[in-house]
Amino acid sequence: MVTQTVEQFGIPEKVQIKSKLSFEDRAFRGLAKSAGIGTFVILVLIGLFLLIESVPAFRSQGLHFLTNTVWQPTGKHPKFGVASALTGSLLIAVIALIVAIPVSLACALFINEFAPAKLMSFIPFKNFLTAAVDLMAAVPSIIYGMWGFFVLQPHMTGFEKWLSDYLGGFGVFKNTTGIYTSSFLIAGTIVGIMCMPIITSLCREVFSLTPNGEREGVMSLGASRARIIRDVVFPFAKGGVIGAIMLGLGRALGEAIAVAIIISLSFPITFHVAQAGGNSIAALIAIQWGSGGSLGTSALLAAGLVLFIITLLINMVASRIVNASKLGAR
Amino acid sequence: MSEVSERPETIDGRLVSSSRDASSATDLRIDGVSAAELDAKGIYAWFGARMVLENVDLVMERTKVTALIGPSGCGKSTFLRILNRMHEIIPSASLAGRVELDGDDIYDPSQRAATVRRHIGMVFQRPNPFPAMSIRDNVLAGLRFNRIRSKHKDEVVEEALTKAGLWSEVKDRQKDLGGGLSGGQQQRLCIARALAVKPAVLLMDEPCSALDPGSTLRIEETVREIADDVTVVIVTHNMQQAQRVSDKTAFFLAQDGNPGYIVEAGPTSEIFGNPVDPRTADYVQGRFG
Amino acid sequence: MAETIEQLEQEEACLEADAESEAPEQIKINRIRPREFKPSDVAVLLLTLASSFSILWIVFSQLTLLNGALGFVVLWIPLFLGLYWFVNRQLFTRQVAIDRLISSVVTLGAGIMMLPLVLLTIFVFERGLPLLSWHALTSTQQGVTFTGKHTNLGGVEHAIVGTLEQVAIAAVIGIPAAILTAIFINEVGGRFTKSVRVIVTAMSGTPAIVAGVFIYSIWVTRFSYSGFAGSLALAVILLPTVTRGTEEVLKIVHNDLREASIALAAPQWRTVWSVVLPTARSGLITSTMLGIAVSIGETAPLIMTIFGNQVMNANPFSGPQMALSLLAYKQIKLPIQSQIDLGYTAALVLFIMVFAVFVLARLFGSGRRSSGARRSLLSFVRWTPGSSLEDEAADQGGVEGLQKSLEKEELDQ
Repeated sequence: MVTQTVEQFGIPEKVQIKSKLSFEDRAFRGLAKSAGIGTFVILVLIGLFLLIESVPAFRSQGLHFLTNTVWQPTGKHPKFGVASALTGSLLIAVIALIVAIPVSLACALFINEFAPAKLMSFIPFKNFLTAAVDLMAAVPSIIYGMWGFFVLQPHMTGFEKWLSDYLGGFGVFKNTTGIYTSSFLIAGTIVGIMCMPIITSLCREVFSLTPNGEREGVMSLGASRARIIRDVVFPFAKGGVIGAIMLGLGRALGEAIAVAIIISLSFPITFHVAQAGGNSIAALIAIQWGSGGSLGTSALLAAGLVLFIITLLINMVASRIVNASKLGAR
Repeated sequence: MSEVSERPETIDGRLVSSSRDASSATDLRIDGVSAAELDAKGIYAWFGARMVLENVDLVMERTKVTALIGPSGCGKSTFLRILNRMHEIIPSASLAGRVELDGDDIYDPSQRAATVRRHIGMVFQRPNPFPAMSIRDNVLAGLRFNRIRSKHKDEVVEEALTKAGLWSEVKDRQKDLGGGLSGGQQQRLCIARALAVKPAVLLMDEPCSALDPGSTLRIEETVREIADDVTVVIVTHNMQQAQRVSDKTAFFLAQDGNPGYIVEAGPTSEIFGNPVDPRTADYVQGRFG
Repeated sequence: MAETIEQLEQEEACLEADAESEAPEQIKINRIRPREFKPSDVAVLLLTLASSFSILWIVFSQLTLLNGALGFVVLWIPLFLGLYWFVNRQLFTRQVAIDRLISSVVTLGAGIMMLPLVLLTIFVFERGLPLLSWHALTSTQQGVTFTGKHTNLGGVEHAIVGTLEQVAIAAVIGIPAAILTAIFINEVGGRFTKSVRVIVTAMSGTPAIVAGVFIYSIWVTRFSYSGFAGSLALAVILLPTVTRGTEEVLKIVHNDLREASIALAAPQWRTVWSVVLPTARSGLITSTMLGIAVSIGETAPLIMTIFGNQVMNANPFSGPQMALSLLAYKQIKLPIQSQIDLGYTAALVLFIMVFAVFVLARLFGSGRRSSGARRSLLSFVRWTPGSSLEDEAADQGGVEGLQKSLEKEELDQ
């Protein structure tokens, strides 16, 4: 190692040691790095191949792909577009979040702040609740869909009728066809139920990270439980809660099977949530797969590309929001 | 030490290099190295642009225990980590100077850090036995990591644990997990683990600061015993410990954000009994630090 | 002398008497358990529930606003809450009323949340259990007939085999890749660490059906439908999940252990293989099991990769296969009840499988926080956009954390 003395200061030149890695270490690091790069490659490939395969669809429809409200990929003059699928996905996601957020927040609060750790001093209540939430998340979407279709739907038709009769003044709730099954409301509710465990779990995590010092400080000032929650837990957890909601949003937008089971596919854009009919990008792909010939398949792949881009964008926005709120909270 | 290399070797009382023969099965030498002398010359250390050590010279004699004392934040640990090339793990770290192990510069560009660490072992402040390994496997870990094959694994384990003063307590439960011992026992396990590869030097970074007084005394006994086989350099905040344990003491100091340096170094009895520098006198008499 | 002895005896007697009177008798200890919700409050709650129920019962038949049990409950809840608020306001203070109200709302929310799970489980078992038979589990849909003497309603064996094979292959491909990626993020690092983490997060937000169409476009178009294609799609789906989970667990491994390993001259792969991974073993099992549970239940990506098959195809590498989830999906929209029944059977088997894996994950998994409470399994796959809340601590395990904490330590010395 070189030790040169710089005359001016009498201090030798500093050396940053970068020792050569052995072969085994280089191999190991190379392997790990390739795994890291691999994830990037996969993401790029997804975008790339979806793009390639959807070229025929875009060539056929151009930008009208995003605005057409019919789906006829076969025949002499094919016309198809995902406009209603886009609005439908959004509608379902909004309904899902409206259903999911209050319940999830309440449940997260309950588990964290109100639930006794042990019922009758031997049943591990909190653990049980946490496990139940986890189990809900693990249940396959097909089963949610089946339950929604066979059990929830019959019960909700009555509610929908009530909505249409009494709140039909708001156009959304008006039912113009008389058919109350296969509606956005039912699909949105089921999707909301599916999103609940994830939002709950994340919120619970965030709530439990509230620093005890702050909590105890406020408690010693005589604050009630509600006040503690409002003034200590919520501000601290804001970013995480938003992150949880965005996660739920992404999940709701991407849910295919449950929606596919419930709705009956229709292509005109509609905002009537209490009547039959509906569309969502994911469900569209699931239901229409296999029909429509090669152009139809290409169209579905194009729809998949659109869905991919949308969820990616939501991810990025969510990152920004959560990080910004974290900086604010500190 | 002619060559510090990474060939797999056997610890069997036989050396790989044909030019030497081991004298006995228990008198294990690797490449002819027993306790070695460590000579630090003109050590400077930086974190980024900030200098933390300035012109440190210290000779740590073979088979002797050298203690590094001084107030917090004066670079003792940094210096210690420079001795076994752990300082460079930190990306912003840099240094200057030479550290010679029996004459060979450990920072020579052709020298691999891992090899240096094989011969200069370290015991840390917080005991860190590997929790997923048994006691026996913990001791043998160093051999495994360096691909040292031995046909006498049981003896190696027994010898290391005996030297660390732990054998009698764990000999019937070697297969138990390493994490299940008390704090003092864990630290002795770490010492055994470090000793199993027969290093030439053992660096100890405040090994007793996280332990109770009883374990502390046990470990101090161990330090005195192993000094015959291995040069020991020990950083300690406890001055009584330094007096009990060491042959030579170096007093580090850093003032007002300036880099650390050695104020005075010499035989322990002199440093504590008859220090030359008034600052040393102040420190060892407890007037600061 | 005598008086002294007398005095002494007197004193002794007095002392004895004192001692006796101080002898510990059976002291009754009244233990106080300070409780916010005293038995009287429980009474208030129950009474309010009962009275709101009764009021509604009487009135409901007069109103025709909503019908059915659902309607009743929907109306009962606000009525109860309103009444509860009113009662508490009268009996106690406004503060107490607010608090009680919020407790009720929150408890209600939790109950509403758990309700679907319970109902769902009942539904799956109620419909599927009567249909479970040896025949159903060991036959396929080959030769299904609905009429005549030899009605063969088919079975789900081909789907079971398909699911098992697809998930197994997906696990073999995906889990090592995920663990390697987590090792890259946490142990190896470099300039791309943050980007890779972002990418993994982005991938975990990607819908399952997108993974399906992706594999279709890259594989099925060239090699046609197969179980293996399904495995590829499942692997893409479980990769980010397992990566995040593994990364979380690796972070927890204390840096002291890595330091000790480095000081023993271990090469980095050794440190990871022999120290870090074994220490994180139970967490690894958990996130692996979670990935598997997710894969078993996926339906959407299988539509365009395995395509479905009514007969047994035990070869996952050629030809369309069936899976339990896909079978259920396909059957329940069919017109004939026995076809739907097959869907119920498949759903039940599916549910049991997922539940079994879930239980295994919980049994063998780790995740005890320092408080002793179990971590939620979902926390292993926590998708927090950007870094997690604990990232900033220099205590984090992994390369960056190790460097930070070493720097901190050295500077402290």
